[in-house]
Amino acid sequence: MAKPKLAVVKMTGCAGCQMEVLRIEDKLLDLVGAVDVAYFYMATSANRHGPYDVALVEGSVSTPRELRELKELRERTKLLIALGDCACSGCLPSIVNWVPPQESAKVYERFLEIHSKKESFQRVYPLSAHVRVDLELRGCPPHRDAILEALKGALLGIKPFLREHPVCVECKLKENVCLLVCEGRPCMGPVTAAGCGAACPSNGRVCEGCYGPMSDANASSLAEILAKRCGLSREDLIGKFRKYAGLTPAFSKEASGGI
Amino acid sequence: MSQIREIRVDYVARVEGQAEILVKVMGGKVEEAKLAVFEPPRFFETFMVGRRCGEAHEIASRICGICHVPHQVAALEAVEDGLGIEVDGQTRALRKLLNYANHISSHALSIYFLSVPDYFGKPDVLSMAGERPDLVRNAIRLKKVGDDITERFGGRAIHPITMVVNGFTRIPTKADLEWAKRELLAMKGFAMEGVDFVADLDVPDFERRCEHIALSQADQYAINEGRLVSTEGLDISPREYRAHIEETHTDYSWTKRSIVRGRDSFLVGPLARVNLNFDKLSDDAREAAKRVGFKPPIFNPFMAMLARAIELVNAIDDSVSIIENLRLENGPVTEESFEVRAGDGFAIVEAPRGILYHNYAFDSNGLIQKADVVTPTAHNSRNIERDLEALAPELCGMSPEEATLKCEMLLRAYDPCISCSVHLVEVK
Repeated sequence: MAKPKLAVVKMTGCAGCQMEVLRIEDKLLDLVGAVDVAYFYMATSANRHGPYDVALVEGSVSTPRELRELKELRERTKLLIALGDCACSGCLPSIVNWVPPQESAKVYERFLEIHSKKESFQRVYPLSAHVRVDLELRGCPPHRDAILEALKGALLGIKPFLREHPVCVECKLKENVCLLVCEGRPCMGPVTAAGCGAACPSNGRVCEGCYGPMSDANASSLAEILAKRCGLSREDLIGKFRKYAGLTPAFSKEASGGI
Repeated sequence: MSQIREIRVDYVARVEGQAEILVKVMGGKVEEAKLAVFEPPRFFETFMVGRRCGEAHEIASRICGICHVPHQVAALEAVEDGLGIEVDGQTRALRKLLNYANHISSHALSIYFLSVPDYFGKPDVLSMAGERPDLVRNAIRLKKVGDDITERFGGRAIHPITMVVNGFTRIPTKADLEWAKRELLAMKGFAMEGVDFVADLDVPDFERRCEHIALSQADQYAINEGRLVSTEGLDISPREYRAHIEETHTDYSWTKRSIVRGRDSFLVGPLARVNLNFDKLSDDAREAAKRVGFKPPIFNPFMAMLARAIELVNAIDDSVSIIENLRLENGPVTEESFEVRAGDGFAIVEAPRGILYHNYAFDSNGLIQKADVVTPTAHNSRNIERDLEALAPELCGMSPEEATLKCEMLLRAYDPCISCSVHLVEVK
């Protein structure tokens, strides 16, 4: 049987998720034995155009060119996986979606000249805004174990086990003192999907919500607690919920100031 | 009859990000030599406005998934400069250790994963595994040491979390330090061999004199602090950067380009650092460099790969000496446990691929009013085009495949971070 063809594709993002793919180094040589890496521009100059069995897509869609490429990729790909926050929810750069376009254009003096040639939406969109996405690997970046789990699932044809429960579950398993309840610090853990191993609280920091909303997250309730217990202002709350996943339905109300 | 030659690389592989190269020669004269970046911009300087200065480093980290640590360090130092905070020696030592870990990981990636396959006629590092299994395994291991130190000390390998304004939220244990020292020393032999290995590669014979710029400190190899110096006598503090370095725009690229005011484009990165700070290298790194005949200053941009190999030895040696001198007397701090005030702060840090400039102005509530970031690849982009211009006559005599490869090899020698480079600039 031919090896499944894998593509690793980059859209608008920082390449950190691809770096996390390269971090599967212990298993990298084994992985190359099991799959045929057909497209991975950052790692190889031998790239082939589809069809692919699996595509890992990093980054969000922010230009018409990317939109075209994504739609083509979707047609040529059996299993399309959104790799990381930018692809799943827009991540930090999605904060720009709340900035008026004329403000962001000021970054480039000759914006209109470049704009007409290179095109930019001046907005970022998650992949799912435009095409069907088969699996979302969230996180900034997603943990390499989750990437490996997804690839294994793809090879075996089974649904991978991904965590949709809150960071709090992982935090409790690590026996951390609760930063929100015990120290009154503004932790996003109660509404954020697990998968990081409660990385921030385990290192003395509040969760910033980089894995996006857990399933059935109660954002408005947490917002109320953060306001009452931690003294966060309305602006602080908007900042928190806009940060990594403000475009998601679960966070969008709090991200736009409760409207 | 004029002969027209066009060399075009639509999407350069084995570099981070999306860029194309266009060289056009007409009748022996170079008409065009362009590095066009089509990686879309992300407007970081815009959307950082209004955010708290205490989260500047967390946001700036996402500018680049490869040089996230130097972006964090630069943002932290700039914000601390604006707040008037002087951090303790322990924090500075740990930050330097983390930046070295980033350099180790990034240099290993650049040399062995991105550049070396060209010299073996291979498309990527893994297809070299059959011929050179030890080399590939060691290269993977060396990169992993850098990542693992970042993970253990920073809490996460990519976009680490323990570095905050005025300290760390978790202080490593003695066991962490001993483990890191063991891991580093285990790779010292391979790093030393790496200098000879890279020196033996058939690097293109090419020289173009240009200004080299790097950080410099009197008593140590500078990567996190120091003054900005150059081969043409530049000697300034981070605060004076904008008075001396000018950015220009083009209509074909999202990356802005830098020149020294009144002069020309310049080169930043490992070659500039080794050229300007040769006497600050660790003894073994300097000896290894001398052994393979590295005599600074060298003006062949392809030799950046050798400079990277030399820096790997230095990064291991210097990291070990930092670890041996660390006392770990001060405890952790929490995120944003400082008093806010209005300020305007500046910092320059060496990312693996060259100097990185951050400047933040914030109001009395600590909210960012202006963010200004210039990345190494933006600094280098004009210089890459100048090299392409100088290479063009030679490219004309080559087959299209050879010419394409040469252009790509040049770009890879600069180890560009394209994603990083496309978002630069001040918001007025």
